[in-house]
Amino acid sequence: MALKIVKGSIDRMFDKNLQDLVRGIRNHKEDEAKYISTCIDEIKQELKQDNIAVKSNAVCKLTYLQMLGYDVSWAAFNIVEVMSSSKFTYKRIGYLAASQCFHESTDVIMLTTNQIRKDLSSPNQYDTGVALTGLSCFVTPDLARDLANDIMTLMSHTKPYIRKKAVLIMYKVFLKYPESLRPAFPRMKEKLEDPDPGVQSAAVNVICELARRNPKNYLSLAPLFFKLMTSSTNNWVLIKIIKLFGALTPLEPRLGKKLIEPLTNLIHSRILLCLSSVAVLISLSSGMPNHSASIQGLCIVPRPLSVLSLFIVKYLGLLAMSKILKTHPKSVQSHKDLILQCLDDKDESIRLRALDLLYGMVSKKNLMEIVKKLMLHVDKAEGTTYRDELLTKIIDICSQSNYQYITNFEWYISILVELTRLEGTRHGHLIASQMLDVAIRVKAIRAFAVAQMATLLDNAHLLTGNTQHNGICEVLYAAAWICGEFSEHLEDPMATLEAMLRPKVATLPGHIQAVYVQNAAKLFSTVLRGQEGAPADSKVAQETSQLLIDRLPVFVQSANLEVQERASCILQLVKYIQKLQQKDVEVAEEVTALFAGELNPVAPKAQKKVPVPEGLDLDAWINEPPSGSESEDEGRKTKTKGKAVFAKEESRHTKPRYTEVDEKELAKRREVRKAEQANNPFYIKASPSSQKVYQEAVGVEHIPVVQIDLSVPLKVPGMPMSDQYVKQEEERREKNKADRKKKDKKKRREKGRQRRGDSGPESEEDITPAHMVDIVTEEMPENALPSDDDDKDPNDPHKVCDIQGNLHDGSQVVVSVIFENKCDSFIKSMEFNVMDSLNSKLQRPEGAGPHDSLTVPFQLPPGISNEARFIFSMQSIVMPQKLKGTLTFIVKVSWSCSPQRWLITTMCHLASTRRGRTKVGKMNLESGHVLLIWTRKSKRLRWYYRWREEREIQRWKYPWRI
Amino acid sequence: MMHFLLLFSRQGKLRLQKWFTPVPEREKKKIVRDMTTMVLGRKPRSCNFLHWKDLKIVYKKYASLYFCCGLDAEENELLALEVLHRYVELLDKYFGNVCELDIIFNFEKAYFILDEFLLGGEVQETSKQVLSRSIEASDMLQEAEIDNSDYDLELGWP
Repeated sequence: MALKIVKGSIDRMFDKNLQDLVRGIRNHKEDEAKYISTCIDEIKQELKQDNIAVKSNAVCKLTYLQMLGYDVSWAAFNIVEVMSSSKFTYKRIGYLAASQCFHESTDVIMLTTNQIRKDLSSPNQYDTGVALTGLSCFVTPDLARDLANDIMTLMSHTKPYIRKKAVLIMYKVFLKYPESLRPAFPRMKEKLEDPDPGVQSAAVNVICELARRNPKNYLSLAPLFFKLMTSSTNNWVLIKIIKLFGALTPLEPRLGKKLIEPLTNLIHSRILLCLSSVAVLISLSSGMPNHSASIQGLCIVPRPLSVLSLFIVKYLGLLAMSKILKTHPKSVQSHKDLILQCLDDKDESIRLRALDLLYGMVSKKNLMEIVKKLMLHVDKAEGTTYRDELLTKIIDICSQSNYQYITNFEWYISILVELTRLEGTRHGHLIASQMLDVAIRVKAIRAFAVAQMATLLDNAHLLTGNTQHNGICEVLYAAAWICGEFSEHLEDPMATLEAMLRPKVATLPGHIQAVYVQNAAKLFSTVLRGQEGAPADSKVAQETSQLLIDRLPVFVQSANLEVQERASCILQLVKYIQKLQQKDVEVAEEVTALFAGELNPVAPKAQKKVPVPEGLDLDAWINEPPSGSESEDEGRKTKTKGKAVFAKEESRHTKPRYTEVDEKELAKRREVRKAEQANNPFYIKASPSSQKVYQEAVGVEHIPVVQIDLSVPLKVPGMPMSDQYVKQEEERREKNKADRKKKDKKKRREKGRQRRGDSGPESEEDITPAHMVDIVTEEMPENALPSDDDDKDPNDPHKVCDIQGNLHDGSQVVVSVIFENKCDSFIKSMEFNVMDSLNSKLQRPEGAGPHDSLTVPFQLPPGISNEARFIFSMQSIVMPQKLKGTLTFIVKVSWSCSPQRWLITTMCHLASTRRGRTKVGKMNLESGHVLLIWTRKSKRLRWYYRWREEREIQRWKYPWRI
Repeated sequence: MMHFLLLFSRQGKLRLQKWFTPVPEREKKKIVRDMTTMVLGRKPRSCNFLHWKDLKIVYKKYASLYFCCGLDAEENELLALEVLHRYVELLDKYFGNVCELDIIFNFEKAYFILDEFLLGGEVQETSKQVLSRSIEASDMLQEAEIDNSDYDLELGWP
C-alpha cells in the first residue's frame, strides 16, 4: 500500500500539470488536435490511479480542455471522486469541474446528493461555500428537493459568507422545486433586514427576480423596500430596488405617487446616469401623466442624447425613449429629427434601436418622409441582416394598425415594387403577402396594382436572375395571383398571359408555378371574354388557346404534383374549348363562370366566432360508439384469435352499417336541414346587410380620384418612383391647405365672429387621403358572437367598458354598435345624435342642421339584436376630445298606450391613442334602466334594458370611449 | 439575471466561460461562436450593447481580452458593465496588473474569484475588501493543506 503511494507520488513528478498542458498546446499550434488526444490518453491513465492528487490534477486539466470544446463527459464519475475528497484543494477543483461540465442530464449527479449534504454541514465555511457555488450551477429538481431544507438552515448560518450564498442559491432552488418557496419565504423576508449588507443585497436580488416573474405576490413587501430605498447607500442595491418598484407600480398606482419624492431626490443627488435613467423609466411606467418626476425625467433623458455624442448615452437615451413613447408619444415625436439622425450612426445597435422607435412615431404626415429615408438606407446598407431588418421595419411601419397611416396606396405599392429589387433578401414572402393584402382589401388600388404586377411579371427574369437567392421570387407568386384574379383591370391580358407561360417559369419553385398555371387559366378566360364579342377576333381567341396548348405541357411534366395536376386539368379544359371554338361555339361566358365571384379576405378568427346553433351539442355522438363492454369483448376475441385478418373482417362488417342510408332519406334530410337553416337566425346566410346603405347616408366627403397613368414604367431613370408620390402628395397637401384657407376666409367673412382661431399647424386629422380608399374589412360570420374569451379576465370590472373605435382613414371614426333588445317590449324610432363640440365640427349631410340626429335603420322586436355602424367624419378637429352623443328611442309597452321616450347620453372619445378606463363597476344600476356594456375585444356595444315599475323618463350619463 | 459570462481574445479564442443556467453542450458551443463573431465584428467606438435572441449582450474590451455577458431583457446594461469592471478590478488586484496570460495559466483561480463575486448569475458581494479577504482566506487554506500533504508524502503514509 505504502509502496503504491510512493510510486504514485514519483509518477506525479513526471506528470504534466495544468501549466504544462497549456504551454504544450501553445507550442503545438499546427497539430493541436493530435497533441490533445495524446494528453487525453495520459489523463485517462492518471484517472486510473488511486492518488487523489494525481486525479485532481487530471480533472483540472480536463476542465481546461472542456473549455476548449472537447467532450469530457466520460470523466463525470472521476469528477465526483475528486469532489468527495476531504481536502479543500481537491474538493475545490472537483466542484469547479462539476460546475463546468455537469448539466441536468448528467446521471452521476444523483450520486452527489449525500456528498453535497455533508459538505453543506461541514465545519469549514469554505467547504460549504464551495459546495454552494458548485450546486448553483448544476442544481437539478431532485437535488433541489433533497437539499432545500439543508440550504434553508444555512440561510441563518452564523457566518455572513455562508448566509449570502445560501440566500442566492435559494432562487435556483425555487426555480427547480417551486414547492420550497412557501416555507422559505418568511426567512427570505427576514434576510432583507440582515445586518450584513452582502446578505441584504443578496436577498434583494432574489426577491427582485421572483417579483419580476409574479409581481402581484410581492406587493406586501413594498413598505419594506421603500424603507430600504430611502436608507440604503449601496448603489447596486438601489438599482435593484428601483427596478423592483418598476414591476410593482403598475399593480398599485398609489405606490407611484409615493415614489415621486424619493426618486426625484435620487435623480438630483446622484449623477449616476444609470440610476436616473432607471428612475425615469419607473416613474413613467407608473402611468401617471403630468406628475413632476416624469416631466423631469423627460428633460433628463433627451438632454444627454442631444448634447453628448457618447454612444452609450445615445443608446440608453433611445432605449428610454422607446419606453416613454408608450406613455407620452407626443414628447418623443418632437425629437424626430434626432432619431432620424441616429439612423445614420455607424453603430448597428443604435440604428436598430432608432428603427424600433420610428415604428411608434409615424403619423400620416411624416410616413412618406420616414419611409423615403429608410429606403435610402436600404440602398446603402451593407450586410443582409441589417437590410432585412430595414425591410421588415418598413413594411411593419406601413402596415401597422390596418394601414392606418397610409394616405396614398399607389405610393405604397410602388414602395413594395421597389423593395423587390433588393438582392438576396429573405423576406420575399413578406412583400408578397403585403401586395396580396393591399390588392385584395383596397379596391380602389386594384387597377394600379395590376398594372404594376404585370410589369413585374414581364420583368420576372430580373428577379430570378441569380437563382441562389430566390427569396425574392416569392413576389412573383403575389404578382401572378393579382394579375389573374383582377385580370379585368389588365390593359393587355394577352401580353401578360404570354409572360406567364414563358419556358423560364419552369425554373421557379413549385408553389409559384402552380399559381402561375392557375392564373394563366384565369387570364385565358379574360382574353376569351374580351375577344369573342367581335366575331372577327375569333381567330385571335383560337390562337390564344393554341398558345396554352403549346406551353402547358412543360408544366404537365413538372416534378411538383400540384403543378402537374393543375396543368393537366387546365390543358384538357383548353383542348376541349379549342374543339368548341372550331365549331364556332361561344364559350367565353362558360369559361368565365369557372372563376366567377369575388374572394374576400377572411378574418383569422372567423371560424372561432361562428356561433354554435342552438340545440347542437358538439360533444354528442352522431353514431353511438359500440358500448365499452362490447369493444372489450371484441378486443379479447381478436386477442384470442390473435390474427389481424379477423379484425379486418370485423371492420368490413361494421362500416357499411353507418352509411346505409338510401338516397331518398338523404334528400329528405337535406330539405329539413335547409328549412331549419332558413328559420335559424344564427345561420350564416349570404344576405346583404342593411348598414352598408346607412353608411353612405352619413355623407362622406368624396374626393376626386387621381387619374392613374397606367404606363408608368417600372423605374423612371434617375428618380425612384415612390419619390414622385412624395412630391405629388406634398403638392396635394399644399393645395388642400390653400383650399381650406380660402374656405376659412370665406367663413370668417360670412360669420363675422369666428370662435375657432386660425387652423394652426396642419394637424393629423386634416390630411385627407388621396383616394377614397375603402379598406375591406376581413370577413366575419354575420352572427359572430361579441364574446372576448381571448384575453378578457371576467373578474375585471374595468375591462367591460373600454371601447375602442376605429380611427379609419384619418378623419373618420367608425363605431359599430350592436343593439340587443333584452326586454319584452318593442323598441323603435332609435335616433343617435352627436353634437359638435367647441373644437370639433362634424361633417353633416347636406341640409341637416347640427341638431338633426341619425336614425338607426331598424327596429328591435323583443329578443332581437342588430348591428349598426356609425361613421363620423370630422370636418375639423384640433385636439383629441370627447364627443357627447344622445341615443333616444321609443319603447312600446303593451299595457301603456303612450310610447315612452328614453334617453341615453353617451360620450365618445375621439382620440384612439389615449387609453383610459371608466369605472362601470361603480355604476349605479338603480338610477337607470338601461345598462350599457361595452366589450373591449369585440368593439361592440351591447345594451341591456331593464324594465321597472316607474314609467318616467330615465336619464343618465355614461361615458364611453372610442 | 446573468446567463453567461465569456472571456475571449481578439482572435476569438475562449479564455473563460461561466454558465449560470444549465445549457446543453451543443447550445453552448453555438452561443460561444455567435458571441465571438458578433462582438469581434463590432467597429471600435460603438456602444457596448447588443441584442441577441431575447438576451441583452453587454461586452467590454480590456486590453486584448473581451469580457462578454448575456443578461435577461429586463436587466440594466450599465449595471452589467459595472459588474464586468468590478471583476476586472478583482483580477487585477489578485494577480497584480493582470494580463491575458495570467488568466490562461491560472484559469482555475480566475474561476474561483468569479465564484466569490457572482453566484447563480447574481452579484453575491459588492465590497472589494470583503471579496479579496475571502479569496485570500481560501487560498491560505489551500496552501496549508498542500504543505501538510507534502509532509505526508515524504513520510510515505497517508
